Amino acid sequence: MLATKQEIIDKLRQDLLRWQGFEPPKASAEGSFGLPNIEASFPNNTFPTAALHEFISYSPQDTAATGGFMSGIIKTLLAGGGACLWVSATRRIYPPALKQFGLDPDRVVFVDVSYVKDILWVMEEALKCEGIGAVVCETRDLSFMESRRLQLAVEKHHITGFILRKDTKKVNPTTCVARWKVSPVRSKLRPGMPGVGFPRWKVELLRVKNGSPGSWTVEWKNRQFCQITETQEQKQLHQYA
Amino acid sequence: MPKRFLSIWFRRLLTDWKTIRQPDLKGKSIVFARPDHGRMLIVAVNAAAEKYGVAEGMTVADAKVIAPNLEVFDDKDGRNLKLLKGLAEWCLRYTPLVAIDAPDGLLLDVTGCTHLKGGEPAYIKDLVTRLKALGYDVRPGIADTIGCAWAVAHCADSGLIVGENEHRTALMPLPPTALRLQGDLVHRLRQLGLYHIGSFIHMPKSVLRRRFGADMVLRLYQALGQEEEFLLPLKEPVAYSERLSCLEPVRTRPAIEHALQVLLEQMCKRLYVEGLGARDATFSWYRIDGKNGNIDIGTNHPSQHVEHLFKLFAIKLDTVAPGLGIELFVLDVGKTEPVSQKQSDLWAAQPGLNSDEVAELLDRVAGRTGNKSINRYLPDDHYWPERNTRVSDSLLEEPTSEWRTERPRPIQLLQPPEPIDAALALTPDYPPKMFIYRGQRHVVVNADGPERIEHEWWLEEGEHRDYYIVEDEDGGRYWVFRSGHYDADQPQHWFIHGFFA
Repeated sequence: MLATKQEIIDKLRQDLLRWQGFEPPKASAEGSFGLPNIEASFPNNTFPTAALHEFISYSPQDTAATGGFMSGIIKTLLAGGGACLWVSATRRIYPPALKQFGLDPDRVVFVDVSYVKDILWVMEEALKCEGIGAVVCETRDLSFMESRRLQLAVEKHHITGFILRKDTKKVNPTTCVARWKVSPVRSKLRPGMPGVGFPRWKVELLRVKNGSPGSWTVEWKNRQFCQITETQEQKQLHQYA
Repeated sequence: MPKRFLSIWFRRLLTDWKTIRQPDLKGKSIVFARPDHGRMLIVAVNAAAEKYGVAEGMTVADAKVIAPNLEVFDDKDGRNLKLLKGLAEWCLRYTPLVAIDAPDGLLLDVTGCTHLKGGEPAYIKDLVTRLKALGYDVRPGIADTIGCAWAVAHCADSGLIVGENEHRTALMPLPPTALRLQGDLVHRLRQLGLYHIGSFIHMPKSVLRRRFGADMVLRLYQALGQEEEFLLPLKEPVAYSERLSCLEPVRTRPAIEHALQVLLEQMCKRLYVEGLGARDATFSWYRIDGKNGNIDIGTNHPSQHVEHLFKLFAIKLDTVAPGLGIELFVLDVGKTEPVSQKQSDLWAAQPGLNSDEVAELLDRVAGRTGNKSINRYLPDDHYWPERNTRVSDSLLEEPTSEWRTERPRPIQLLQPPEPIDAALALTPDYPPKMFIYRGQRHVVVNADGPERIEHEWWLEEGEHRDYYIVEDEDGGRYWVFRSGHYDADQPQHWFIHGFFA
């Protein structure tokens, strides 16, 4: 008659998630991000779109790595159409490089504001606009109240927002669904090969709402993400040997 | 329709202006003077001073002898033009074509405007009463030609409105000065006993030219309408302009918003009929105290959408200072473009940059942060890294060439490149073993390169660059280059130009 205790708990968990706004994924809403291990740590095993993601960066190297990782994700978000807005006061992004991460640079509109306080205003307006697929904003500080405003816009209009916090002094609580940190790690080539390999990053999920944080190594290879695990690497080394 | 011109002569422009600025000078005799060959020469006199016999061209010392309590002010270059410009802007409420007639007049093309006030006499009366109320002593004249209007305004005693095709008779009794002639020419005419235009108007053209020069003939025939003369309007007339005059001056924000709304509705209806959209618009207001102002907007897409344009203006509507009240609003659209047909877009699954919402969002952003802040890049056919993109001013412009991906490029580019210490670059072809950037040592473990990029000599001269992709121990990937050739004896110039993802 009654299901087992475990099933009841699972059902309640699902309900809780739904009440909190985590809808189970719609069939074929977007293409796959190609990050199965990372996606597994989110509720419902899906990368949360229509949400705010926060990326922390302490150095220019981190910012570059984060830019690459974000572009790879935005590429999938824009697969069905839409434009991307990149809001910043101190932008260094070099548009032609975005193409290497599958993102068409001519579909990105860069908004270079001169006052820092305008960044979040533009971000909020953009999050309310139909036809926009993703919004990226580069800012240093984001207070809880500011993130709450953005969250309300996101909930209503279902646009994915990325906040890149450069050189932030203090990591304060925000309403963002996930806090990431992407830093570069040394690339690996076959033994004996000269040169620099594919971009490789250490992707850390520092905080996830209703999920489990973790750390992974990801490579950008053949225009898609490729997760690197210890065993896989050992196997590859054996192959080359 | 025959042309009609109105000439307004400000008889005492400078002194009237001074009296308006300082009302306690009313009734006192004042003059403006400027230095000339070591003495002060009078350039403007008011009515009170004139009664004592003070005239233009007198020295101040002489004038002070005949006129007690004479107040003297310094004249400044270009002040009359500045005043006339303000007055011309004020006159825009009467006609869109107003020109400055230096040194002390205005010329208005009133063709087809006078019936708005109920005929030419009422039109002139309205204009003159209001200028007099401001404090200016003016004389108007209306005629078919600019020359005749000017002549009537400056020289006629009565009959300031010259009827259609009556300018010939109206010119007859006027003195030669009415023809805007040089001083010595006027003097010569008088010596010859030609006191009225009527005395020489019948002379053959060739005779006049031989005796008095081509300039005099030109002026005469301009006044007669046989030679073309053009106004140089203060403001270029725009093709799309709507005006709204208020019965009562308005000064509250809801009223101003309503005026804007009404004007936008009229304008957009007109644009819709013609299948056009506005790329820029100007909303101007004219206050009852003679001041005016305007706000400009620009759009990324041709727009005929009332609400959107209203929103763009609303961002700047705080700058409207109504003062005592605004009596006239004008909405001008300078640049229009055809609006593309939207039917095909309806079928598109998901809108992108071509959607109206995105364009309107960017307009709002541009309204707040400035037009320069929005950049969209397209590939350009150059190898030089700083030059291989160009900014597109349209959201719909398609790239003409492919984005190049055969060579890795850094995702973060430093502009300009920053110098680094890269002491351990051994031989010409090798990357540095180590470099110091911002006080931090980076030991290079992997490297690719060099990739030589030459300057485009037809655009710019300079040294070529040898680029290397280097990776340090911590995994940071950098784009560094050596500027110029390798020379063992010379110090090498190394720069960092970007960070790879």
